[in-house]
Amino acid sequence: MPRDLDLALIAPVRLAFRRCAPRAIVIAAIALAAFALVLVIDGKDPVRAYRDTLLYVFGNAYGFSELMVRMTPLLMTSLAVALPSRVGLINVGGEGQLYMGAWLATAGALSFPQLPSWLLLPLMAVLGFAGGALWALGPALMRAAKLVNETISTLLLNYVAPLIVSYFIFGPWRSAESGAYPQSPAFVAAARLPSFAGTRIHPGFLFGLVCLTIYGVAMIRTRWGLEMRAIGGNAEASLRLGIPVSRTMIVAMTLAGGMAGVAGMAEVSAIQGRLVASLSPGYGFIGFLVAWLAGGSAIGIVIMAFLFAVVSSVGDILQITQGTPYAVINLLMALVLFIVLGQRNLTGGAR
Amino acid sequence: MTVSFAAAVLSSSIVSGTSLFYAASGELVGERAGVVNLGLEGLMLIGAAEGVAAASLSGNPYVGVAAAGLACLLANLIFGFLVIERRANQLATGLSLMFFGFGASALIGRAFVGALVPGLPRIAAAGLGPFDIVVWLVVPTALLLWGLLFRTRWGLALRAVGEDPAAAFAAGRRPKLIQFQALALAGFLAGVGGAHLSVGLTQTWDEGMTSGRGFIAIALVIFSKWNPLWLIAGALVFGGAEALQLQLQARGADVSPFLMTMVPYLLTLMILAFWGWSRRSVAPAALGRNYFGVE
Repeated sequence: MPRDLDLALIAPVRLAFRRCAPRAIVIAAIALAAFALVLVIDGKDPVRAYRDTLLYVFGNAYGFSELMVRMTPLLMTSLAVALPSRVGLINVGGEGQLYMGAWLATAGALSFPQLPSWLLLPLMAVLGFAGGALWALGPALMRAAKLVNETISTLLLNYVAPLIVSYFIFGPWRSAESGAYPQSPAFVAAARLPSFAGTRIHPGFLFGLVCLTIYGVAMIRTRWGLEMRAIGGNAEASLRLGIPVSRTMIVAMTLAGGMAGVAGMAEVSAIQGRLVASLSPGYGFIGFLVAWLAGGSAIGIVIMAFLFAVVSSVGDILQITQGTPYAVINLLMALVLFIVLGQRNLTGGAR
Repeated sequence: MTVSFAAAVLSSSIVSGTSLFYAASGELVGERAGVVNLGLEGLMLIGAAEGVAAASLSGNPYVGVAAAGLACLLANLIFGFLVIERRANQLATGLSLMFFGFGASALIGRAFVGALVPGLPRIAAAGLGPFDIVVWLVVPTALLLWGLLFRTRWGLALRAVGEDPAAAFAAGRRPKLIQFQALALAGFLAGVGGAHLSVGLTQTWDEGMTSGRGFIAIALVIFSKWNPLWLIAGALVFGGAEALQLQLQARGADVSPFLMTMVPYLLTLMILAFWGWSRRSVAPAALGRNYFGVE
């Protein structure tokens, strides 16, 4: 094993598994116990809920494959947070960027339905990337010009993007067959991402993993990664060293927005098959938390995204078997987060 | 455009602006003490659900509003414990609080879905209204908060903590205690805002009924330059966008409600950009930072 490769790939993996995985398990155990208490107070049977979830998720291949499906948008939205965080930028706008990606990808799918699949899908992916990237470009430019802090601008734009989507599906794109819940017309078959053998796993999952790998390696092994980390460490000093600080910030933010945009494209193309208003149950926000919990590490993101995928399937099972509103699962997610956030030693230093 | 249309829009802006005002005033007090709370949306939901639950069980809407305030005060203290005592990242903790609110409110409100609770009695006065007591208390609350922040020693200490907690500590203040007090007040106000939405307006609980108002309120704090008096004007503008859209729709005007809802967000962004351009920063200097000093 060449030493370079070891440094770039194997060492972080080993470290991540040694540190991150046991931590994730302990956190999950405490949170599940606390959530069980909530369920008992509510008159539900937590043992049954957890057993059902385990059986569903780990007992059969389809249930397990659904975890990958849930992880997919999280991988990309958390990368959209991790990348700018390396240059010291806080992107809270993954949610809006995801919606804009889905919106522009839908525009592509509806405008060119006659194109063959091998041309239409890449076009939609590029459009999805562009939608998210443009949505992040505004905040990036305003930050670079020292006009508006990117945290506030990305946060505000989160609420504008779903409104644009709603405007289109209630207006120009409204499908004739949609009833009380407006939606766009269904995409043609060529605009649908294929899924793997009998599951709903789609190429977006692999894309997310590949992007995370590139991110992980690039941060350690490339000049660009070094420059980004330098800017994150001390922007003023980096500027004096001749690193193009503003340009790097804008590029990092735009790439990040594009990643979230691709997540949106994958959701409409592979999962929904049309543009709907309730596209994301907060993937952008959960992505922020995943990236933050993982401390920006690529492997950590995969592990934490997996944890959140398991949590959200507990919610599904509770809804199906015991009639608990799906929103209640947010409580379990919050408990996980509160426990992590309460650990001063682990999070105190990382802002 | 007739006088009656303008009056209807104004009256409706006042009503929609009220819940925004209370939530934003809470956020303002917290931010003045240097704590940004992105979980406002979740707090408002807890307030809305708890308000309906308590009003329904007691049969008294005032009990509903008070219970909502207390519930959110407690929820905000969890947030406070994490960001002040455990020095957790404020943005991440705020978003976690938002998810906590989504879940807790769904759980609290589940038994009351479809239940109609007694509304707050409405009183007409001075040619305005009829409005309920929470609406009438907006201006006194704003004046009170302004006085508290800018005319008392406690308010001075609170603002000092928001600018530089270490300096405030050196001057003999207790930054952590003050931040806890600010967050308790903030939680109570956010709860009143949420409860006004459910107990005061719709008189029912509906999952996710705040639909982004918590985030509008955060924008509103920036819009009003962290000043409780400007907050009244801001709440009217932001509530007005909602009211105008409802009134136009009711009259069958062909204006997309979605485009109108965007206006407050974009307006806030433009104002922020203008301030940035004119280099007039008014945000508390230590906003969002954790205080790592001893106490």
